[in-house]
Amino acid sequence: MATETTEAAGVCVDAGGYALGMPQLCADWMPNQIFWLLVALAAIYFVMSRIALPRIGAVLAERSGTITNDIAAAEDLKNKAAEAEAAYDKALVDARAEAAKIVAEAKAEIQAELDAELQKADAEIAAKAAESEAAIVEIRDGAVKSVTAVAKDTAKELVAAMGGSADAKTITAAVNARMKG
Amino acid sequence: MATETDAHSEGGLAFHPLDQFIVEPVFGDGAVSFYTVTNVTVWMGIALLAIIGVFVMGSRGRAIVPTRVQSIGELIYGFVYKMVEDVTGKDGVKYFPYIITLFLFVLFSNYLALIPMSYSPTSMIAVTAILGFGVFTAITILGFVKHGASFLGLFWMADAPLFLRPIIAVIEVISYFVRPVSLSIRLAGNIAAGHVVLKVFAGFAALAVVSPFAILGIVAIYGLEILVCGIQAYVFTILTCVYLKDALHPAH
Repeated sequence: MATETTEAAGVCVDAGGYALGMPQLCADWMPNQIFWLLVALAAIYFVMSRIALPRIGAVLAERSGTITNDIAAAEDLKNKAAEAEAAYDKALVDARAEAAKIVAEAKAEIQAELDAELQKADAEIAAKAAESEAAIVEIRDGAVKSVTAVAKDTAKELVAAMGGSADAKTITAAVNARMKG
Repeated sequence: MATETDAHSEGGLAFHPLDQFIVEPVFGDGAVSFYTVTNVTVWMGIALLAIIGVFVMGSRGRAIVPTRVQSIGELIYGFVYKMVEDVTGKDGVKYFPYIITLFLFVLFSNYLALIPMSYSPTSMIAVTAILGFGVFTAITILGFVKHGASFLGLFWMADAPLFLRPIIAVIEVISYFVRPVSLSIRLAGNIAAGHVVLKVFAGFAALAVVSPFAILGIVAIYGLEILVCGIQAYVFTILTCVYLKDALHPAH
């Protein structure tokens, strides 16, 4: 600033190149400042309003649009996931019910088969028992008959040995009476 | 800018804290006429280039996921847009390009002036006065165009007691016309004062005994100035929004 030319700088600078008073108040310089201020403001306004502001506004709008879309998509996917979960749960419940049904059916079938077999076995046993009983009755009857026959014969022989004689009818009646007693 | 003091100082300390505000031609010497390219021109041009760098070059990619520079631009855009919308309402949004032009000019000029050896256009009262009175004139014209004579209702407090209304009206008129003055002097005063204080501390740094304190002082004031630069740009802009709201909705 302390340059070689001193007197040409104007009324606001002294011979040494230093400010006289406040340079801010130097009226000589004001037109220059005002002119360039207006130029600068016009340039800034032009650049901002024509280029920068529309561009940044568009970028911000686009970004908020993208964010909104992404949130909507996320919401969509979330709903889908919930649906899938519900379907899965339903499938699980169905499968459980199916399994329970199958188990119950199998149980019933087995029970039925078992019952049938048991019935059959019972019937067979009953038949065998009846058969055996009949055989036993037959044997017993046979035995009683034999005893009666033997008793008659023995009684006839005894009566004959004792010197008596008895007809068959009397002996049979006597033996039968004894057998009953 | 004015640290080379040896040639004319009488030895020892020499303070020329105001020399940093001298306007000088960049090319050659001579009188400063209104179209001369001066250091004011250069630093306003640098501010313009910085604004273009952040807002045009930075957003060139139009990326959905922004780069660093683009996100700075978007941050400032969103900040000013929200301020305009919050203060003036929906119908003030169409003045957003004008408001952000003012804000960016003040903000970038303030911060670029913190670079050593730079020049601070916003410390010049002529510059801030044009800004302040420009805002004032534009908003006053806008108010009358939108509302006609009923714009004067801004000064007439309908809900005050009747005998107080003329007095309040006088006060309101005075405060209305003080607005551009306070707008411009606040900005220029803050920025100029900060730079002068920095320069004074820098002058003390030449004295070996106090230089550590002087340098500490410079650091502290510089930190303060970083705050002041942003706050002054913000204050200028939000007051403009408040005045704009008065013009758009003059009823209290």
